[in-house]
Amino acid sequence: MFAYLVRRLIYVLPVAIGVSIICFLLVHIAPGDPLTAIMPVDATQEEQAAMRAAYGLDKPLPVQYAIWVGKAVTGDLGKSIATGRPVADEVFAAVKNSLLLAFTASVIAFPIGLFLGFVAGYFRDTLIDRAVTAFAITGVSVPNYWLGIVLVIIFSVTLGWLPSMGAGPGGSGAWAWDFAHIKHLILPSVTLAVVPIGIVARTVRALVGDIFSMDFVQALQAKGMRPLDVLRHVIRNAAPTALSVMGLQLGYLLGGSILIETVFNWPGSGFLLSNAIFQRDLPLLQGTILVLALFFVTMNLIVDVAQAAIDPRIKRS
Amino acid sequence: MSATPLVDFDHLKVRFKGDRTVHAINGLTLSLGQGEMLGLLGESGSGKSVTLKTLLRLLPPKRTEIEGSIRVNGTDIMSLSGRKLSAFRGSQVSMIFQEPALALDPVYTIGDQIAETVMRHKGISKTAAMDVALDMLTRVRIPSPERRLKAYPHEMSGGMRQRAMIALALSCRPKLLLADEPTTALDATVQIQILLLLRELQKEFGMGVIFVTHDIGVAVEVSDRIAVMYAGNLVETGTTRDVIKNPRHPYTRGLLAANLHGAVKGARLDAIPGSPPALETPPTACSFAPRCAHVRPACLAGLPPVADLGNGHTAACVLAAEHASQELKSA
Ligand SMILES: Nc1ncnc2c1ncn2[C@@H]1O[C@H](COP(=O)(O)OP(=O)(O)OP(=O)(O)O)[C@@H](O)[C@H]1O
Ligand code: SF4
Ligand SMILES: [Mg+2]
Repeated sequence: MFAYLVRRLIYVLPVAIGVSIICFLLVHIAPGDPLTAIMPVDATQEEQAAMRAAYGLDKPLPVQYAIWVGKAVTGDLGKSIATGRPVADEVFAAVKNSLLLAFTASVIAFPIGLFLGFVAGYFRDTLIDRAVTAFAITGVSVPNYWLGIVLVIIFSVTLGWLPSMGAGPGGSGAWAWDFAHIKHLILPSVTLAVVPIGIVARTVRALVGDIFSMDFVQALQAKGMRPLDVLRHVIRNAAPTALSVMGLQLGYLLGGSILIETVFNWPGSGFLLSNAIFQRDLPLLQGTILVLALFFVTMNLIVDVAQAAIDPRIKRS
Repeated sequence: MSATPLVDFDHLKVRFKGDRTVHAINGLTLSLGQGEMLGLLGESGSGKSVTLKTLLRLLPPKRTEIEGSIRVNGTDIMSLSGRKLSAFRGSQVSMIFQEPALALDPVYTIGDQIAETVMRHKGISKTAAMDVALDMLTRVRIPSPERRLKAYPHEMSGGMRQRAMIALALSCRPKLLLADEPTTALDATVQIQILLLLRELQKEFGMGVIFVTHDIGVAVEVSDRIAVMYAGNLVETGTTRDVIKNPRHPYTRGLLAANLHGAVKGARLDAIPGSPPALETPPTACSFAPRCAHVRPACLAGLPPVADLGNGHTAACVLAAEHASQELKSA
């Protein structure tokens, strides 16, 4: 198991390097000059050149990349062009908010998705199965920002029960565990949970349905196992795949949802990313994408290792 | 046959509903004595697997209609349900399957899978059950059994998996073992080893075995009695000796002529021209008539009579019945 872990960790390295290069290049390939957004319209050539030099934009690309990576490794992602604050701080604060939203959405989505999927798989081809499948397909297909707006109209505008904007009273970005803040969390996390509920439910349903029709289930009955024992075997067989689906969904959620965070003005990484894009804030954009991408890589790693730990069929040596 | 037979099928009928109705078993009557090994032969689709699954009530209850009765040691299987049924399965009657790779749970160790069966039926502790599992693995002569206890099915060869499956099936000392083509998926040399092992354990434990096979050579080698199925019914049964020496049903004769005299071991039962009937409607005449060289009007007028040829040898055939009565007259 330890050797497997080390090997997987080593595989991560080239992926991380590739990701960083792509992040770096993406921004440079995108059309438009990042400086135009922050320079006064009447800035002289000399002023522009000075600014370029200040941000290192006058050096050749590989050098820019080396400098950028070198600093990134030490946690320095540069300064935001728009605010002048360190990118690392901005990203860190935003990621924290996104994590909060993601974990809350997962806590809502995974138990519901697992339960629905299991019930549908167990009662496959019955009315229950069809109802769950219809619900899951709707959940996956309905645009979630639209759903978010509908929820806002119902619960904020019409009923006035829940706030619709920001992560806390007064639009503050700082989170606290009190009722006022938790109320802000409800609508965005429920909205965010809908798609993963649908995906987890559908995957688990198919999975459990397949496992129930496998020969060994009949063999378990043939040796006198009772329905609950059979269920235990089925769950154990379904666990690795279900876990990896949930891990990937968690990864997506952790990445922050630009649309949801924008609809709810949630100060998370998706919100930050959209701001960075609109303001052409190059260092902020690079830093945010890099952190999110590395998040994804790490998430994949964790899921793979966890799967190998519980599924004996995966060769660990 | 004064003692209670181990198994007694009485006019068993099994029908599958659904898009297409299938009359899979059509009035099968058969009994098996204690400690006997019966080879069940027949073409693909003749209902061998359905017969075994019905015995363990493994068919999907909603789509299956069952008539007639099956008794195991006098207990009516059809009356069992819930707890009684699961207590019966695996302890009185157990089953081994054609593909041990698919019949074993891939994510539990062999030891766990045997032990949970023993714990379920004998109500003993996990440690004691593991000891039983080890003993069983030793009896089926799996190399280094201690290590195999902790092995997963995918870590073993096909032959070893089938040995493990046998160990599992026999761990609660059932009185009847159902083996559905237990060697078909294995290499020829391994097949013979598994067959010999089964025969040996059957004698040692004194259990009855119903052994399904396509391979008439295998059936002849290991069974005390042979039963030949066609289109969901028994066409001929008797001691292996009687059936081989003196086959009375044209279908059995065809099978033997094609497979035994040429001594083609491992040959499949497909050497008779024609194909078995669709089972969408229940038979009203001899099902074999379209392929039979001896067909006569009486064969098509109704279901053929079951001729009793003595010593438990029977054949469901007009021709065989005529022969039997002539012999009776001339005697
Ligand atoms: N669960 C089921 N639902 C519907 N039809 C079934 C089912 N199980 C078996 N049948 C049908 O019943 C008939 C007998 O099938 P069975 O599996 O007993 O044949 P078999 O003699 O075991 O053949 P083989 O040698 O190929 O294993 C076949 O026509 C088959 O299609
Ligand atoms: S009953 Fe008639 S058709 Fe059927 S096997 Fe006997 S002789 Fe042939
Ligand atoms: Mg079969």
